[in-house]
Amino acid sequence: MNKCKVAIVDYGAGNLRSVENALMRIGVQPVITNDKNTILSAEKVIIPGVGHAANAVTALHRTDLFTVLHKLTQPVLGICLGMQLMCKFLHEGAVDGLSVFPVEVLPFDSKKQIVPHMGWNSIKSFNNLMLPEYGYFVHSYYVPECEFTIGRTEYEFTFSSAIRKDNFIGVQFHPEKSGIQGENFLYRFIYDQL
Amino acid sequence: MICRRIIPCLDIKNGKTVKGVSFQNLVDLGEPVEMAKKYSHEGADELVILDITATLEEREVFLDMVEHIGRQINIPLCVGGGISSVDHAIKILRAGADKIVVNSAAILNPNLINQLSETLGKQCVVVAIDAELINEQWVVKAKSATYTTNLQLFEWAFEVQKRGAGEILFTSIDHDGTNNGYALAPLSFLAENLSIPIIASGGAGSMLHFDELFRNTKVSGALAAGVFHRNQIRISELKALLFQNQINVRLKN
Repeated sequence: MNKCKVAIVDYGAGNLRSVENALMRIGVQPVITNDKNTILSAEKVIIPGVGHAANAVTALHRTDLFTVLHKLTQPVLGICLGMQLMCKFLHEGAVDGLSVFPVEVLPFDSKKQIVPHMGWNSIKSFNNLMLPEYGYFVHSYYVPECEFTIGRTEYEFTFSSAIRKDNFIGVQFHPEKSGIQGENFLYRFIYDQL
Repeated sequence: MICRRIIPCLDIKNGKTVKGVSFQNLVDLGEPVEMAKKYSHEGADELVILDITATLEEREVFLDMVEHIGRQINIPLCVGGGISSVDHAIKILRAGADKIVVNSAAILNPNLINQLSETLGKQCVVVAIDAELINEQWVVKAKSATYTTNLQLFEWAFEVQKRGAGEILFTSIDHDGTNNGYALAPLSFLAENLSIPIIASGGAGSMLHFDELFRNTKVSGALAAGVFHRNQIRISELKALLFQNQINVRLKN
């Protein structure tokens, strides 16, 4: 049996199909799965995300993936809620995340800014990481700037639009919906060019 | 800084893109999938597809078309028309949509907005509101604007926000299809007073109408159909003009 190259973690929420479509546009056929062994043996793992944090965490516990994902050693990309799930604590639903990144995910303030932060915003990359110039964002919670920040975005204040630690990368924007530059970013992740 | 969005909308009837004046006299304007690809390449920030007959004839949105378009474009896809349950919304998201739009079903059952928001997350719940100015009051209409409700636009907009909508798509029926510009007064009020993004729809006839909209209101995006479908405005040229006029738009895709 062929080893699965790219696994998209299916925790019952969100836009799995959009991520799958984007990968297929760059010539990659991913496997959408909640099977622990398939995920462990994949060369790349993508944790997608759209939805409510508490529901997502519940689903990760139910499928027994909660104890697995933070131990992965292959490159892992968390997208949007997928990035937030890799953090320590999520204020949305007040739930513990996977704690890959020891940071909290905070709510935007709808008294001071339009929430959700929805639409295209520019991204400043650190260290020439070649993040897209513009990313498509849809979120009401954010990761503050921290030592893991590799991309910053302004929305009244500056927050982390991308974070990285060891083999884990998290992006708050949706590369699968961020035009050609978003597809290029996914391509570089899949082909170890990040 | 966040960019203002330019959003082409495909009104779909029987597998074709159509457009009428004030929701009537529909004219066939082309193949949705080809048009979606074209707009995506030209720099559209998002695409909306609405099955405009779905509510009337109680048909489901053509899932095949959603799937087909979702595979081809690399920008967000927002799908509406006849969505009346969480299960139906999930089916559409699973087919490749990023957001769903509800309109008449939310008027009939406002609790649907809460259910969608709690289950799917507010970011993928767009509530479309069609309204008409009657005796100096903006009155909400349903069922492709054929049915007059007793809801006032602003009250309904606040309720929709409170129930968990992530975005409001407001169409002025008086302006739709007229090419005389957007309904600036209600749009300005909505964008000033609500805390969720407002998308303007109805009335775009020239590039200056977009400029006027973004200059005079805080709306997050402008939706248009006819001017794009009839090739009167190219999205790339529109964005270049807006950029030149110092309106923050995404120039390169």
